[in-house]
Amino acid sequence: MPELQKHLEIGSSPHITDGASVDVIMRNVVLALLPVSAFAIYAFGIGAALVLATATVSCILTEHYLCKWTGQPSTVGDWAVVITGILYGLTLPPYLPLWMVVVGGMFGVGIGKFLFGGLGSNAFNVALVGRAFLQAAFPQAMTHWSLPFAEDRFSSIPTSVLAIPGAEPVYDAVTTATPLARMKFDAVFAGDRELMAGLTSGSVGETCGVLILLGGIYLVVRNMMNWRIPVSIFITVAAITWAFQTYDPETYPGPMFMLFSGGLMLGAVFMATDMVASPITNSGCWLYGALIGLLVVVIRFWGGMPEGVMYAILLANAVSPHIDNLIQPRVYGTGRGVK
Amino acid sequence: MLQLLRKNTFRHGIHPPEHKEDTAGLPIRQFPFAPVLIVPLSQHLGKPAVPVVREGQEVIRGQTIAEPDGFMSVAMHAPASGVVRRITLAPGISGSMVNSVFIEPHPASTQEVADGEPCDVETATPDEIIIAIQRAGVVGLGGAAFPTHVKLKPPEGKHLEILFINGAECEPYLTTDHRVMLEQTDDVFMGIRYLLRATGTSRVIISLEDNKLDAAEKLQERCPDDLPVDVRVSPVKYPQGAEKMIFSALLGREVPSGGLPADIEAICCNVATTAEIGRLLPRGRGIQERVITIGGPAVVKKGNYRIPIGTPVRFALEQAGVVDNVSRVFMGGPMMGPSVSNLDIPITKGTSGITAFTTAETGEATGHKKIYPCIHCARCVEACPVFLNPSQLGILAKNEEYEQMAEAFHLMDCFECGACAYVCPSHIPLVQYFRLAKKMVRKLSAA
Repeated sequence: MPELQKHLEIGSSPHITDGASVDVIMRNVVLALLPVSAFAIYAFGIGAALVLATATVSCILTEHYLCKWTGQPSTVGDWAVVITGILYGLTLPPYLPLWMVVVGGMFGVGIGKFLFGGLGSNAFNVALVGRAFLQAAFPQAMTHWSLPFAEDRFSSIPTSVLAIPGAEPVYDAVTTATPLARMKFDAVFAGDRELMAGLTSGSVGETCGVLILLGGIYLVVRNMMNWRIPVSIFITVAAITWAFQTYDPETYPGPMFMLFSGGLMLGAVFMATDMVASPITNSGCWLYGALIGLLVVVIRFWGGMPEGVMYAILLANAVSPHIDNLIQPRVYGTGRGVK
Repeated sequence: MLQLLRKNTFRHGIHPPEHKEDTAGLPIRQFPFAPVLIVPLSQHLGKPAVPVVREGQEVIRGQTIAEPDGFMSVAMHAPASGVVRRITLAPGISGSMVNSVFIEPHPASTQEVADGEPCDVETATPDEIIIAIQRAGVVGLGGAAFPTHVKLKPPEGKHLEILFINGAECEPYLTTDHRVMLEQTDDVFMGIRYLLRATGTSRVIISLEDNKLDAAEKLQERCPDDLPVDVRVSPVKYPQGAEKMIFSALLGREVPSGGLPADIEAICCNVATTAEIGRLLPRGRGIQERVITIGGPAVVKKGNYRIPIGTPVRFALEQAGVVDNVSRVFMGGPMMGPSVSNLDIPITKGTSGITAFTTAETGEATGHKKIYPCIHCARCVEACPVFLNPSQLGILAKNEEYEQMAEAFHLMDCFECGACAYVCPSHIPLVQYFRLAKKMVRKLSAA
């Protein structure tokens, strides 16, 4: 019998894991966003493709170089910033000047993520921080909407996209109001089917609710998303809207309109569910979703702006740590567990 | 009916691959004697035993070689007939040195086991049984190595109602309890008789997972009519074998935080421990060997073995054979088993198995995973069987805020099952953090 002479490694138990990894989760989210992105390019053409690509690349490069300049290893390999970039691009108007896209991306990743301490420490959804900055800095460009399925969307690059920094962008496409703006200012409600299928105007990736839901279902099935957050948002928005519509159908739209218009689907499925900026317990997630739903309805019905999903999520992000302080899991052998 | 509705399970938990198929069907075989057996005098929680043999003395297999030092201590017995070579410090699994008796077995000896003073289950008083169990050196063989006789005596003013026999064996790779239930079925019931009498309990529930249905059937079939035994099968889920999980799965009750099972009138005893009590006490013998599973992908002759206490891990692995790319060896199963840093440490009463991994299980792909920051994904919260917040605890541990971990987040309720670290996609060594934090908290509260 030969002597057992081996170099053995030691490690703390458990010695096995279920194989899950942050980069794998993040790559799956990217995968879930691909159909939405493809539809966005199909609906809005080259302009949307350029906005999406610029948004993604500027976010990735911002994170990469900030890491390098501060002497840390680059963290783009965890794929989180790729999601941020794509999501950020999906929330922008289709023909936004690219230099603005770059500025917002740099702000979101630099201020919204890097300064907070990077992955896992961002208090707010990074993509929405970038978008909120643009909304404040360039309110006109950020509310300039184009009709989808324009004839020349694959043949010519929209002039506004290539606008020189600082100059007033020139829009050559037919401009239009979003369904939410028309609801707010004209009390005209778009059809439910039109909204679900993405036939209306809006941000690059927010229009096709069905594809967004499919992406969300994929992530829920893979156990990579807490379904309670979007479901809680949907229930809250639908319930409040239904109550008001029953009360006054002339002024208030129906629940389906509210769920499928504007950024609600994209926000509820892909942004509110940002693990870092949402509560950790399931009951906390129900509360957090309800808060977002309530804020969305309040802003849309009675606020100064037609759309409120972005601010609703950012405000709920701010409240999330407090929800975690308030709601902790009930530890075994305490409270109602002891009879 | 209500029991059916509750499905005999607990909330949260995980489903690691079981890997029991390699050894579950293999009968228990006697393991050969190593050239030197190292019997640590502290293999249990509590005070080390006091040696009653001297260097150079001849001992007979089964003879008492160390007496318990007070109530929180148990006796030790000679695992082989031979000569006491030395009584000195030897390395233990925790890394610290433990006073140990080195016994060199006689190659020519028949290795007959010496009988002691029998303890008759019909006539002995509860206290006599408790003392007999202590003298037999019985500790929890499931891995905790808590002196069994100590928990049999309910605290002042407490009454025990139900005796749980734990045959869940939820750790992957391990099949010792499974084999013991199949092969020592009658010993299990004899052990139950002693335990019923010692504790004054009136009901018995044997708890198994549904990957051991053959054992459940055998137990049901062989159960004597006069014993109030109920065999319950739970779905496979880790850590079903933790006594707290057994109570919530089968009783629907939780042990109060910081309390004892006696607080809910229950007591839980591992099935192998029970079988040993049933086997040893009628002949007045002590624990000088135990059943372990030697398994894992790196082991050639995987199996269930009755192995002398004190057998060095090196000898056990050489006999069973390991492949060339063996990389990590641990005592017990992969979820809770401590890594072996020194192959010369001995098998003790608390060792339920030796599992060896190859570089395929521990290499670049799995063992040295990149650690990411916590992304708050809540998988650990969903896995923790005692409903802690491992994510928050992990962040506090990193910042060395140990007191807050204990006071605000119930750190001391963690029993280190490993479910949180198993599911963590950031590969944060949560259990390692918590072990250290618990140690620091004990240190701080002692100071």
